[in-house]
Amino acid sequence: MLSFPRRFRSILRPAAALAALPAMAGCNKMVVLDAAGDVARRQGDLVMISTVLMLLIIVPVMALTIVFAWRYRAANKEARYEPDWDHSTQLELVIWAAPLLIIICLGALTWVGTHLLDPYRAIGRTAPGRPVAATEKPLDIQVVALDWKWLFIYPEQGIATVNELALPTNRPVRFRISASSVMNSFYVPALAGQIYAMPGMETKLHAVLNEPGRYEGFSANYSGAGFSHMRFAVNGLDDAGFAAWARDARQSRNTLDRLAYLRLEQPSENEPHRRFASVEPGLFDAVVNMCVEPGKMCMRDMMAIDARGGLGLAGIHNTRRLSYDKFAARGSNPAPRRGAVTALCEPEAGDGAGSGLAAPVDPSPLLGAGLSRPGERRPGTSDDARRVVAFDPAPPATGKP
Amino acid sequence: MTAQPTPISPIFGRFTLDALPLHEPIIVGTFAAVAIGGLAVLALITRFKLWGWLWNEWFTSVDHKKIGIMYMVLGLVMFLRGFADAIMMRLQQVWAFNGSEGYLNAHHYDQVFTAHGVIMIFFVAMPFVTGLMNYVVPLQIGARDVSFPFLNNFSFWMTTAGAVLVMMSLFVGEFAQTGWLAYPPLSGIAYSPATGVDYYIWALQIAGVGTTLSGINLIATILKMRAPGMTLMKMPVFTWTSLCTNVLIVASFPVLTAVLTLLSLDRYVGTNFFTNDFGGSPMMYVNLIWIWGHPEVYILILPLFGVFSEVTATFSGKKLFGYTSMVYATVVITILSYVVWLHHFFTMGSGASVNSFFGITTMVISIPTGAKLFNWLFTMYRGRIRFELPMMWTVAFMLTFVVGGMTGVLLAVPPADFVLHNSLFLIAHFHNVIIGGVLFGLFAAINFWWPKAFGFRLDPFWGKISFWCWVVGFWLAFMPLYVLGLMGVTRRMRVFDDPSLQIWFAIAALGAVIIAAGIGAMLVQFGVSIWKRDQLRDTTGDPWGGRTLEWSTSSPPPEYNFAFTPVVHSLDAWYDMKTRGHERPLSGYRPIHMPRGTGTGVILSALSLVMGVGLIWYVWWLAGLAFAGILVVAIGHTFNYKRDFHIPAATVETVETGRTRALAAGA
Amino acid sequence: MTAIAITPEADLRFYDLDEHDHPDGHSTMLGFWIYLMSDCLIFAILFACYAVLGGNYAAGPGPKDLFELPLVAVNTAMLLFSSITYGFAMLAMQRDQLNQTRLWLLITAVFGGAFLAIELYEFQHLIHIGATPQRSAFLSAFFTLVGTHGLHVTFGTIWLFTLVVQISRKGLIEANKRRLQCLSLFWHFLDVIWIGVFTIVYLMGMLR
Ligand code: HEM
Ligand SMILES: [Cu+2]
Ligand SMILES: [Cu+2]
Repeated sequence: MLSFPRRFRSILRPAAALAALPAMAGCNKMVVLDAAGDVARRQGDLVMISTVLMLLIIVPVMALTIVFAWRYRAANKEARYEPDWDHSTQLELVIWAAPLLIIICLGALTWVGTHLLDPYRAIGRTAPGRPVAATEKPLDIQVVALDWKWLFIYPEQGIATVNELALPTNRPVRFRISASSVMNSFYVPALAGQIYAMPGMETKLHAVLNEPGRYEGFSANYSGAGFSHMRFAVNGLDDAGFAAWARDARQSRNTLDRLAYLRLEQPSENEPHRRFASVEPGLFDAVVNMCVEPGKMCMRDMMAIDARGGLGLAGIHNTRRLSYDKFAARGSNPAPRRGAVTALCEPEAGDGAGSGLAAPVDPSPLLGAGLSRPGERRPGTSDDARRVVAFDPAPPATGKP
Repeated sequence: MTAQPTPISPIFGRFTLDALPLHEPIIVGTFAAVAIGGLAVLALITRFKLWGWLWNEWFTSVDHKKIGIMYMVLGLVMFLRGFADAIMMRLQQVWAFNGSEGYLNAHHYDQVFTAHGVIMIFFVAMPFVTGLMNYVVPLQIGARDVSFPFLNNFSFWMTTAGAVLVMMSLFVGEFAQTGWLAYPPLSGIAYSPATGVDYYIWALQIAGVGTTLSGINLIATILKMRAPGMTLMKMPVFTWTSLCTNVLIVASFPVLTAVLTLLSLDRYVGTNFFTNDFGGSPMMYVNLIWIWGHPEVYILILPLFGVFSEVTATFSGKKLFGYTSMVYATVVITILSYVVWLHHFFTMGSGASVNSFFGITTMVISIPTGAKLFNWLFTMYRGRIRFELPMMWTVAFMLTFVVGGMTGVLLAVPPADFVLHNSLFLIAHFHNVIIGGVLFGLFAAINFWWPKAFGFRLDPFWGKISFWCWVVGFWLAFMPLYVLGLMGVTRRMRVFDDPSLQIWFAIAALGAVIIAAGIGAMLVQFGVSIWKRDQLRDTTGDPWGGRTLEWSTSSPPPEYNFAFTPVVHSLDAWYDMKTRGHERPLSGYRPIHMPRGTGTGVILSALSLVMGVGLIWYVWWLAGLAFAGILVVAIGHTFNYKRDFHIPAATVETVETGRTRALAAGA
Repeated sequence: MTAIAITPEADLRFYDLDEHDHPDGHSTMLGFWIYLMSDCLIFAILFACYAVLGGNYAAGPGPKDLFELPLVAVNTAMLLFSSITYGFAMLAMQRDQLNQTRLWLLITAVFGGAFLAIELYEFQHLIHIGATPQRSAFLSAFFTLVGTHGLHVTFGTIWLFTLVVQISRKGLIEANKRRLQCLSLFWHFLDVIWIGVFTIVYLMGMLR
């Protein structure tokens, strides 16, 4: 198992630091090896254990290399010279067996560790010796990677934040992760290993933070011009502190409905922290299903239709309800394409039902009025980003009624 | 203020004068330097009336030796470009702290790391490796050329055309800003509408044709053209690793071709392979590209494993320890390299069982790799090791590569990868294996076979300076990245907030500067050696006490390689011939049948280049014309039935008598 | 390659003193085989894409709505016939009958052309009703797989005409025979791929 006695770990860690670099300055620590969350810490331990295991063979090999290179140098006429010696069955057995043994150990460790630390699996303990009760419900947080900032939705608290992640300590957290435009990776080194955030898909991460304090999180997968600034603050709070924080957020004057989301989704860099006092229900599901815009068909529905064999010839021209970002990047809505049939049927009940969408929304951002279009610079890209669109967004035949 | 998308002109496509970076001083400066340098070279060539010689003796040559050398030159030139990119990144990353944005904005920085990765892999490592195999393999198997000499020339020029496209993107338009594997949706038309990704696609596609064909060519050569008596298990290890490498090429590059074709269909035609909507699947791209990508890293390293085997045996004055297990290890690596690709994206959310399966298969590869290392070690054991430059590089490799191998296995443990994936730790790992393995191996190979190719050795003094700069520079440049990775610093970052990181980037930058000195010293080494070639001359053809057939002929080898095809009786054929007292036949020469040079390869690849440019800039008429041209020239080429000639016996006799005299003078 | 008997130690031969010319193009067939395998891999990827994306109709039409099996069956027949006639051409070639060879080749070309024409008609029809490759991932994968095969047949046909001209000019010399053999491999290879397409795309599509 991967819970090693404290003592063992306290021996391992300095040894590791020593091995890694003799001159490690005291000020910045190797967060990966010394995390504040139980999951990350166990992952860090695994890094250490595997390294030590492999050093068992690496160190002798390096030593032998130096010894042989020195001992059998041409100048040393003392050393034995056997130009025709090229085979020894015993030696070859050892040569293959030694790495094999190490790999068997490491493989077993890998199998166990991977299953134990599977991000999709609810965590079994919040700290060594503190199992999670079966009744304890993890805190749900929904994460959306946007161009180039992070949106966090707290369904339980009914609030949302941008670029700010507050976590109660010692409570299991379940992240549901998605993205709006391109692939990112959600990573808080102090908390737990990363997992990709992908548009139209949902990934999951279970973790717990043990020590209160301020940490950093960021995208660990390059996602375009604003990537370097795609960082967020992580705030570890005790229960009271977390409750106070949530109360505070509820005082915000901002609310996050679909329209606000669509505005937020437009590319921007260096977004300051922002909080939303309320969140439109079902927003995250709509994001995952790529149907935040009114009138868009949700992926879930599309897949259900496809599973039943598609919509047949009747569905051929029903493309506008489906296009998400094929013809233009998210947040740069183009004018509707020529002659595309808008909708085949009314949005089904449940398709964002109860979200107040029936009320007319301001369509201007969806129609592109006042917004940059493809061919202009995307907001937030650097000055001389010569982004040119010369791609005719209307494929020839879909335009026919 | 609704701007219309740039209209596509029927004549110029989407090219406008704005595509020229006239407002960017760095690029204009670079362009001026390149242009002036280029013009100077052209002027010199014209001045000394070398055009005819270059065209007849080199560009149109189908001689595998000359093609091999041209590949190496291409790799070297592109290496200088790729390294310039690396220095730019190192400078930016040490600069952009404390609120400073550095000197490169995102638009540029993102192109720089993409171009660096693409150039180093496709236009440095690949040409070097291909060039090496081209030069050495036919000599090692006692052949006079490869199976398809014309294809060989064509392959080289296709690779060059790809390189030219990448270089062109620096001055006309832009290169991709997607990272070297161009994951969609970022590389899709919506998020990368400009020319960058199209340059990427067509450069790789055109070069890829060359790579695949050269792979086919070398497999056929190794299987069909071995000297009599050379059974598979009597083949030199380098030839073995080359065979496996080319099998990997032929069995993986088509995947790259296919996946890039699908990406370009998405971009040009509007299909939905890798789109978010309409049922596309970006994850499929990630899978497919790594099904090519992992074998690719073995394509790069396997031939160098061969080099280390030859070098260790030669300079230890011993037979290679465990030849058979070496061969099996190579074959096992070849096969296993197809079942590990998922280790590049454990974090995509495949289940724990899938992740651990791929993690464990990855670790299993380290077993044969470890066995190889031990084999080299025990080749040194009870040897008489001469520490000439090739051997120095080999020892440096053994000490460096094991560290990279270890961190690689570490990254194959999925939970460890969750915290290290995409971090600078990963960057340190793969530079550790690529520089410590591929580059060090190439430097060993260059020092080892240079005397064979040119008839004189490389200057050891400058070689040693270069060696120490490289080794020290490498450790300084990349060990800090391991540390930074453990501090949670991710890759492809342009600016940093945490000031305490800066010191590590400063050390890394210092390392890069020392590497630069190593590169400089190596160029000086080449220059000095050419200058002092008469002092460094080798008349024996066998300066190191070699063991394989390439050392049995003269240096440089005659056009026909071997006046008489050698007959092989055991492994280490040349060593065998030397110890059993062979006698070089001095008469009875016969005319030798050789392939004839042709300019078709140059023309076809030039047309492909033009077609690429047309497609990148949406100049459809140009692309169409170029394509028609390709068809016409290719078909026209098949109407030429006279592709060979005979070197008269008298000529062979003259050449061989010259060699006899040189040998006598040397003895 | 000449066969060399390894003689006993006393008079070991280290050089092949009376070497015969390697026959021209002795590794062409092997090389071509390897090329075909690499091409096969491209088709494998396209098949894999079709397998993954083939069910993603994006709320549009599926195979049942689009494919007309009788037409495809005729098409398949065309390609199969062309393979048979190519076989006859090869038989004639072995008997060194130039005119027969040429005739069979031209008949093959006619069948190949018919195949292409029917395929183009099918594509044109699909695009006309709006089932374009842009419509859904399924259609993208379909058009790309079938289209790539079609492109191969097109190049094969161009090659075939080139060979007809070449054998007319030079006769059935060794080099031309080798080329005919390569094209033969290519042509039958495309047939095999088509059988895969027919089964996996069309037949199984109708069953889906
Ligand atoms: C010679 C000295 C070299 C130096 C100083 C160097 C430096 C760098 C740096 C600074 C990065 C960017 C790291 C980041 O993302 O933050 C990088 C990325 C990379 N390097 Fe090198 N490199 C060198 C040689 C090579 C060689 C020889 C190869 C391959 C043959 C190579 C392949 C790559 C690749 C594939 C990437 C990733 C590019 C990407 O992020 O898309 N490098 N290198
Ligand atoms: Cu890999
Ligand atoms: Cu690796």
